[in-house]
Amino acid sequence: MLHIDYSDYNALRTHGEETYPNECCGVLLGKSLGAEGNRVQKIVRAGNTRTDSAHNRYHIAPIELVRIQREARNLGLDIVGFYHSHPDHPAQWSSTDFAEAHWLGCSYIITSIEQGQAVLTNSFLLTGTAEEDKKFVDESIEIKIAEPSSNNQKGQP
Amino acid sequence: MKIHIPTPLRTYTGGQETVSIPGNTIAATLDQLATTHPELRQHLFTSEGKLRSFVNVYFNDEDIRYLAEKENTPATDQDELTIIPSIAGGCCCCL
Repeated sequence: MLHIDYSDYNALRTHGEETYPNECCGVLLGKSLGAEGNRVQKIVRAGNTRTDSAHNRYHIAPIELVRIQREARNLGLDIVGFYHSHPDHPAQWSSTDFAEAHWLGCSYIITSIEQGQAVLTNSFLLTGTAEEDKKFVDESIEIKIAEPSSNNQKGQP
Repeated sequence: MKIHIPTPLRTYTGGQETVSIPGNTIAATLDQLATTHPELRQHLFTSEGKLRSFVNVYFNDEDIRYLAEKENTPATDQDELTIIPSIAGGCCCCL
């Protein structure tokens, strides 16, 4: 299971709407909870370098990943996954997504954007021990809604 | 030299995000890394001993493929290597 705060969940969907009709992409920082899945604690937007075909391809520059991994290290977090959008295509991994997926144990979130509006968001866990036996597994998403701040509650003394 | 390990490969470094590995060049350091942590070798190198195509290695902030001496670039203990698998994809199989 992927655990994510509503604010981050909403932010990655909004990112896909902003870049429509092109694909957006970004990185999920957090911690692995072992058998309980990955916990997202921060999302980081990334640039899509596939300007030649940005409507149906994405690629994050490795140097940007190096910097994001450094940021994660400084925050005491790890890269636990990635997200991208599928403009006017289903929120399902494609053969291209699978071929280009190399981060075993990480979550790959895909949001379908239809006519500029975010529709479905799915997550897929890349499992396996090596390139030769990797596979995507459907992963449920637990969205945590923040508790209202007690400072805003009426009737407090 | 310090080597930063990406999340998926930390299984093979005892969970360590950063390991210190001796070596006078990038190639020697990477080879020593795979000797110290033998399960890493198949994830980093092809059977011919070349870095796998999706494995990016950065020497400080430089992609080693674009260094004049590439893997043979001299290294010191103050330098850092970062191993970072590529991330890409797209919504359909055909352009």
